[in-house]
Amino acid sequence: MQTVSLEQSVAMIPNGSSLMIGGFMAVGTPERIIEEILRQKKRDLTVIANDTAMPGRGIGKLVGAKLLRKVIVSHIGLNPETQKQMMAGDLEVELVPQGTLIERIRAGGYGLGGILTQTGLGTPVENGKKTVEVDGRTYLVEAALHADFALVQAFLADYLGNLSYALTARNFNPVIAMAGRTVIVATDNIVPVGVMSPDHVVTPAPLVDYLVANM
Amino acid sequence: MEPQTIIARRIAKELSSGMLVNLGIGIPTLVANYVPEGVQVFFQSENGLIGTGSPPEDGMGHPTLTDAGGRPVTALPGASTFDSAMSFGLIRGGHLDLTVLGGLQVDQTGLLANWMIPNKMVPGMGGAMDLVSGAKRVVVAMQHSVKGASKIVKKCTLPITSTRAVDLVVTELAVIAFGDGRAILRERAPGVSAAQVVAATEAELDIPSNVSEMSL
Repeated sequence: MQTVSLEQSVAMIPNGSSLMIGGFMAVGTPERIIEEILRQKKRDLTVIANDTAMPGRGIGKLVGAKLLRKVIVSHIGLNPETQKQMMAGDLEVELVPQGTLIERIRAGGYGLGGILTQTGLGTPVENGKKTVEVDGRTYLVEAALHADFALVQAFLADYLGNLSYALTARNFNPVIAMAGRTVIVATDNIVPVGVMSPDHVVTPAPLVDYLVANM
Repeated sequence: MEPQTIIARRIAKELSSGMLVNLGIGIPTLVANYVPEGVQVFFQSENGLIGTGSPPEDGMGHPTLTDAGGRPVTALPGASTFDSAMSFGLIRGGHLDLTVLGGLQVDQTGLLANWMIPNKMVPGMGGAMDLVSGAKRVVVAMQHSVKGASKIVKKCTLPITSTRAVDLVVTELAVIAFGDGRAILRERAPGVSAAQVVAATEAELDIPSNVSEMSL
């Protein structure tokens, strides 16, 4: 684990990268990293996240600045800008049921090729996908997701990179911390090693590559 | 009584102590206002909370304590938080006793369409497909008609949410149950006759000899 400045954390992200970003309607999204992506004008990004938030907040800022090529999300309903860019053909949008999306990410991080689920059967979600039968029930095969970077927002970190999260700001964060090839973490608080009880660590330190310094 | 109030009050009668319940956005959210006295249920927000409480007083919200629409909520004593994988494990894994969702159309076999109108409204399915496919019991809360057209139809013209039929639809006119591919009129709203419900409904309804009045 290495501590980096906010500027360094984003400088290592090439244009065209795929990013998993934590957050649910911008709650638990690393806003400081988002702001820095805007400032450094990273382009042609693919974002894998729960939603595109709303204009001017979280991932909504990246949509608004037209820095994205594709999003893989479960919901765009609160961001009219996403829908506008999608209709205009400027932004590719893959809509995935939320439970399937988080499991595809989890599968990526846990070394699985994908998951079997009944969610989406008989709907447009099934198009182009395989189905299999297990114990007499039909399931949809949903492939694992991977990304070049995971951008994680924690509540508490120590200087080894152990993480815990706050309330509903946890959401996708611990799952993407397993699935990103390079994991960059912003956190509300940094404490000395040994302060966090082992039982309270949600994301163990070896998963974290870079911790963004607070100031 | 407002249509939404009738619907929410009637659905609240479906709650019993110890249930884990997920309420969707819109009319379903109102159900929480009418939990019968003495009944204690756990409300789940799919963004990672069990024990969701009422909205906080103005200015008392916390940025990391929100519902599935991103609005501030409170957490009741005994609440718990978890990540999205566990949240949807609860939903799909047979742990969620009841989900209440809004609807655009329900057909006479109980299939629900509630996530998109092609070329008009493409918000994404969010958690709706998992909720309908996975919850032990699915109740739809919606108004009976939109612009004079019945929302309870012979066959959904909009893309369906799941191949799993819902259990119950509650409107301001009626309670309709589904079983074996049939729609059965179970209850009628106060002051509404079974014949009025039939007239307002495109789907074919089975009408038992005695259709009781909704208790609100």
